[in-house]
Amino acid sequence: MSMSSGGVSRREIFLKIALAFNGAVGVLLGVPVVRYLLSPVTRGRKPGYDSWISLGSINQFPSGETRLATYRNPVANVTDGETANIPCWVRNISNGKFQVFAINCAHLGCPVRWFPKSGLFMCPCHGGAYYADGSRASGPPERGLFEYRFKIVDGNLHIQAGEMPTPGPSALIQIKRLPCA
Amino acid sequence: MRLMQKIGSWFDQRLQLGAPIRETMEHPIPRDTASWFYVFGSAAMTAFGLQLATGILLALIYVPSANEAWTSLQILNHQVNLGWFIRALHGWGSNFMVAIVLIHMIQVFLFGAYKFPRELTWILGVFLLLMTLGMAFTGQVLRFDQDAYWGLGIGASIASRVPLVGPPMVTFLLGGPIIAGATLSRFFALHVFVIPGMLMLFMGLHVLMVLKLGINEWPMPGRLVRRSDYLEKYHQLTQADGVPFVPYGVWKDVVFSGVILLCIAACALYFGPFGPSGQPDPTIIQTSPRPDFFFLWMYALLSLLPPEMETPALLIGPVIALIVLLVLPFVSGEGEKSFKRRPIAVLTILLLAVGLGEFTKLANHAPWSPVMDASGSVPVPSKFLKGRTALEVQGALVFQSKQCHNCHSLGAFGGERGPALDAVAVRLTGDQLVRQVIQGGGNMPAYGKNLNPAETTALVAFLETLHPSSQTAAQDASRGLQP
Repeated sequence: MSMSSGGVSRREIFLKIALAFNGAVGVLLGVPVVRYLLSPVTRGRKPGYDSWISLGSINQFPSGETRLATYRNPVANVTDGETANIPCWVRNISNGKFQVFAINCAHLGCPVRWFPKSGLFMCPCHGGAYYADGSRASGPPERGLFEYRFKIVDGNLHIQAGEMPTPGPSALIQIKRLPCA
Repeated sequence: MRLMQKIGSWFDQRLQLGAPIRETMEHPIPRDTASWFYVFGSAAMTAFGLQLATGILLALIYVPSANEAWTSLQILNHQVNLGWFIRALHGWGSNFMVAIVLIHMIQVFLFGAYKFPRELTWILGVFLLLMTLGMAFTGQVLRFDQDAYWGLGIGASIASRVPLVGPPMVTFLLGGPIIAGATLSRFFALHVFVIPGMLMLFMGLHVLMVLKLGINEWPMPGRLVRRSDYLEKYHQLTQADGVPFVPYGVWKDVVFSGVILLCIAACALYFGPFGPSGQPDPTIIQTSPRPDFFFLWMYALLSLLPPEMETPALLIGPVIALIVLLVLPFVSGEGEKSFKRRPIAVLTILLLAVGLGEFTKLANHAPWSPVMDASGSVPVPSKFLKGRTALEVQGALVFQSKQCHNCHSLGAFGGERGPALDAVAVRLTGDQLVRQVIQGGGNMPAYGKNLNPAETTALVAFLETLHPSSQTAAQDASRGLQP
């Protein structure tokens, strides 16, 4: 066992080089692993998950009423099964004027139900309530219901959807809203 | 017999585990600790063992795909021989494990066992508690039903409120833009690989430290822990009045573990498996999602916190709680161990127990949730209708048809979101009632747009009759002066 002049053996240096080599390999392997893990996020941020999707003919939504509609989420695959069938509330204010609300309560995402007699959306979880136009009426929500952008193409109602709305700081569905409706 | 010995020594020559095992079994423990109070740690481990075994058995049938998970649970419940029993064992085992871990933690806290030199044992224990709760939550998700689906939505909504990284974090947690196949797959990976792996590692270290540092001696009031001489005193204690761990300490552990297993089996047999409730189809919105028992207190808290306090409480509260737990052994690492001389410790436990217990009780009852079908299923009691005028009875009809009953009770029936109206006329005059109904206020929505003048008049006429016969209705004093 030959000692070098500084008192560090050749083997110790070999070990350090070997460890550094393994560290480099680790980083090399780590990059694809992290990219794999973050793929849902990075994919979503580039083109976004939202796309225009049809809810069917506007004739299903009588004027002055609020009806439940469902759509197949634009981003879905076979293993999603029924979880990719998403409901939403369509309010036909009067001819051609619509509001389309997400099913998720703006508090913590439970499914709100429409009560036509009292003109309120009520949440079964923590007791949030909203008026017919989606604005907050009472309970724990800090804001009104989330709204989808919509357009009418050839007599069909289309909404821009794809991502579950959440009340976080940049769940900006309401801010992105078109100046229509 | 000689053959057995030969085989044994053949293995030991290679494994060389015989001596350390013998040493562990024979290590002296303070005589007082061979107590029924010292059995919860080993019972938690036994419960985990049961979860491991039943979990593997369930994995033989369960399909972690959003499309098939619910159906595979139905197959387990109804088609596979005793599949329901294995599911029930796993579900009840989970509840027992959380309960035992909590009891273990309380006992350790009250007996001062987290003090020097067992700080790290406590810290690992805190993480073991978090992992146990993590297993309970992810397990609830794997029972992929309506509660699981909307529970994930609640989790996502909470995560989304984290500043800056909230929304991308939601996408990361869900594995995509919505709760779907990828979500279930990653919770499956967490529940089956990630958390149990960490749990076993931490549990191993936790037990190793208990063996290396010795079990906490029975706390005697006035016997103070000092870093300078504790180890020496503990050594003297085990030498002077110690007994070997096997059999003195361990036999109670073994008995208690057996009793716990028997209790889990009895609950599984008697109560059966948990759910699954309705299938995880988001288009079925006639549902009232509820979390499992150990998360009910959180459900109540989320309903009762004022809206503006909620996000800070949700994001900062758990961090503070975790820091308090982790810092505890360093802040109070010395001194008195006995709970008889630590009144604040005892009061803290009592306060937490009463608080969490009360929240859990409230959550079972959920007075903040409107009774969604009250207007169709809960009638106005007849005593509020007898002898009323036509207008007043018409008002009762409005009360029912406009779903006031969903939030207000009459004669103890109906919702409890708003106040009971049995004696509302004593509190509010006619004019005040009109104002309240039309403009709302407090926590009540405004009904001005949904009631025409005739309906409002009738409704208020009815509400004005709601007072006990011994008390008159509230009157506007200024009106009384008019001729």
